[in-house]
Amino acid sequence: MHDLTRRTLLQGGTALAAGAALTGPALLDFARAWADTSPWKPEAGAKLTLMRWKRFVPAEDDAFNAIVAAFSKATGTEMNVFSESFEDVQPKASVAANTGSGLDMAWGLHTLPQLFPTKVVKMNDVADYLGKKYGGWTDAAAKTCKLGDDWLGIPVATNGGYMNYRKSAVEKAGFKEFPKDFPGFLEMCKALKANNTPAGFALGHATGDANGWLHWVLWGHGAYTVNEKDQVIINSPETMKALEYCKALSDTFIPGVASWNDSSNNKAFLAGELYCTLNGISIYVAAKTDPTKKELAEDIYHALHPVGPIGKPTELQLALPILAFNFTKYPNAAKAFIAFMLEKEQFEKWLEGAQGYLTQNLNAYESAPIWTADPKNTVFSQASKRTLPASGIGTPGEKAATAIADFIVVDMFANYCTGAKDAKGAIVEAERQLKRIYR
Amino acid sequence: MADLALAPQRARLEIREATAWDRLKHNRNWLGFWFMLPALGFLIFFLAYPLGLGIWLSFTDTRIGRIGQFVGTENYEWLWDDAIFWLSVFNTLLYTFVASAFKFAIGLYLALLLNENMPFKAMLRALVLIPFIVPTVLSALAFWWIFDSQFSIISWSLKHLGLITQNINFLGDPTWARICVIFANIWRGVPFVAITLLAGLQTVQPSLYEAATLDGATRWQMFRHITYPLLTPIIAVVMTFSVLFTFTDFQLIWAMTRGGPVNATHLMATLSYQRAIIAGQLGEGAAISSAMIPFLLAAIMISWFGLQRRKWQQGENND
Repeated sequence: MHDLTRRTLLQGGTALAAGAALTGPALLDFARAWADTSPWKPEAGAKLTLMRWKRFVPAEDDAFNAIVAAFSKATGTEMNVFSESFEDVQPKASVAANTGSGLDMAWGLHTLPQLFPTKVVKMNDVADYLGKKYGGWTDAAAKTCKLGDDWLGIPVATNGGYMNYRKSAVEKAGFKEFPKDFPGFLEMCKALKANNTPAGFALGHATGDANGWLHWVLWGHGAYTVNEKDQVIINSPETMKALEYCKALSDTFIPGVASWNDSSNNKAFLAGELYCTLNGISIYVAAKTDPTKKELAEDIYHALHPVGPIGKPTELQLALPILAFNFTKYPNAAKAFIAFMLEKEQFEKWLEGAQGYLTQNLNAYESAPIWTADPKNTVFSQASKRTLPASGIGTPGEKAATAIADFIVVDMFANYCTGAKDAKGAIVEAERQLKRIYR
Repeated sequence: MADLALAPQRARLEIREATAWDRLKHNRNWLGFWFMLPALGFLIFFLAYPLGLGIWLSFTDTRIGRIGQFVGTENYEWLWDDAIFWLSVFNTLLYTFVASAFKFAIGLYLALLLNENMPFKAMLRALVLIPFIVPTVLSALAFWWIFDSQFSIISWSLKHLGLITQNINFLGDPTWARICVIFANIWRGVPFVAITLLAGLQTVQPSLYEAATLDGATRWQMFRHITYPLLTPIIAVVMTFSVLFTFTDFQLIWAMTRGGPVNATHLMATLSYQRAIIAGQLGEGAAISSAMIPFLLAAIMISWFGLQRRKWQQGENND
């Protein structure tokens, strides 16, 4: 029996993509030439220890390792890379920041560099260099990494999640194309349910999926957990509207969403029981690489999140920033490495290896071949442009990260949608929890 | 006279006065202290120190990777009117009481059954232990699949039998979810109770039953007046352990529901983990963990004082 997690689902698709990663001499030649002209000269005998999150797509890891190897050969920098699971990256980086040893660089999640602004190497020159060369940084990416005018880290990529749907079911429900606004989306979900081809979005403690779509619904109504000054403003009429909308939506869902974790919708979708959900590209990749699921893969399409009443995209996508600690002995090597891996010659191949799992934060890469190689990849190229920082309109930082990790928004919606609490009660509980975190 | 007076003095000089060191050297308690020192060291470093550190952390605003400031009882004050915390306390008590009661009833029943003479006795006794042997996380994952909202074998079977038309929302409905996790805990905990009580049953002398049979006692009277009284000390110990294990359960819940749906199955242990490790607020998580101590102490006290009573030990009204 297969354990259908996102990771194993993607493993099938890797043999194919592994061949695509830039390898061998070509990459090395480029690396040598690049090292000669680079604005950052690695210190002699530099050694860098880099911690990254554990990959979900093996081909992405291969591409990343090829970049590391080329950089190491061209500059003589000794690179020591190890990976940790999503949950462990932040604690370990915090310990390194705290003790001033163990790591030179950390590549993590959300707003990692904001957790220890005094312990990182300022990356202003790297950000300027890359920004100028590649069409500038996306808004959310810059906010995630900047404190005032200083760059605390470099937003390497974003992990995007979008609407996954079965075209046949949506068409049968009377929609030629995927709805673009909230009322249309609700109508479609109602029609899907009536046809017994239901949609389903996680209302359980699913870190990625549940937080992703519920923050989108909340923000889409113009409601936020905290304002620009980090004052708790969840108790608002806008939140009430978001709750009502979400309730109406959840009434159309496949039963059981309150118990879903991050892999539940993947399983249900691939089993043909679920016809619309929010997910990364992994469902499609899994279907595409499974010969028995050919028909399903052809029927799967992706769409952007419909835009809420406030009239602009309010998605929550997962930012993946990298940072260098200021206690490293080799800050120039660290800067050189970061700049190197984001150069076109590496980065486009890397995106290809990731098969849509990673999205650029530099505007120029929107034209990277991966996004047009398969038209169904295209929407994922928008992830970093259409997302808000994890903090919404508040300050990106550890409190915002805590609120997400503690499922405050998820529980608020789930409380109301499952009937465990009335709307007022659900909001008051969330407000109380937010005040605990933002005290 | 002078000679006589001098002689014993000389003798006394030859037998040296026992110094404090001499006395200490031959003091059995002193020796005993040194023999106990390694054990004491283990207890301090691996039990007392972590416990003390946990309690200290609960009075600080420590986050993962950052040393916190002392904040007094602030964490506890925030917990005091935190609805989710109290829900987790309620869940924990419900979980512990219901699961322990069932575990005791089923465990005792199984023990009595296994104590009878029957074919394949040894094999059956071994089989009963299986749920206890399987690693908790594995059995939790199995239950997670059994109770899955889309792929539950139970829903599937009932649907094919035509008894229901829709999947049962096992882990998505608060009441069902509580029943499911309690069921899984009972399934896992029964063997421990059953086998330990079986061991207790086998210490009861058969002659007592023979005497009772001669006196014309019924099966129920034999159980009520021989088996049960002689079993009480074992029951007290077993149930104390069972309650402690159930109260501090973590793996089953975390693997099956992560405290969901909407915190309906969040136990104090899982909430503590979510706040301390996942959300990074070590101080607050430590406060939730520390809040478990009074409950656990109460459970231990009950059995401790119970065990001191002769009535419990001997099952007679002679205390």
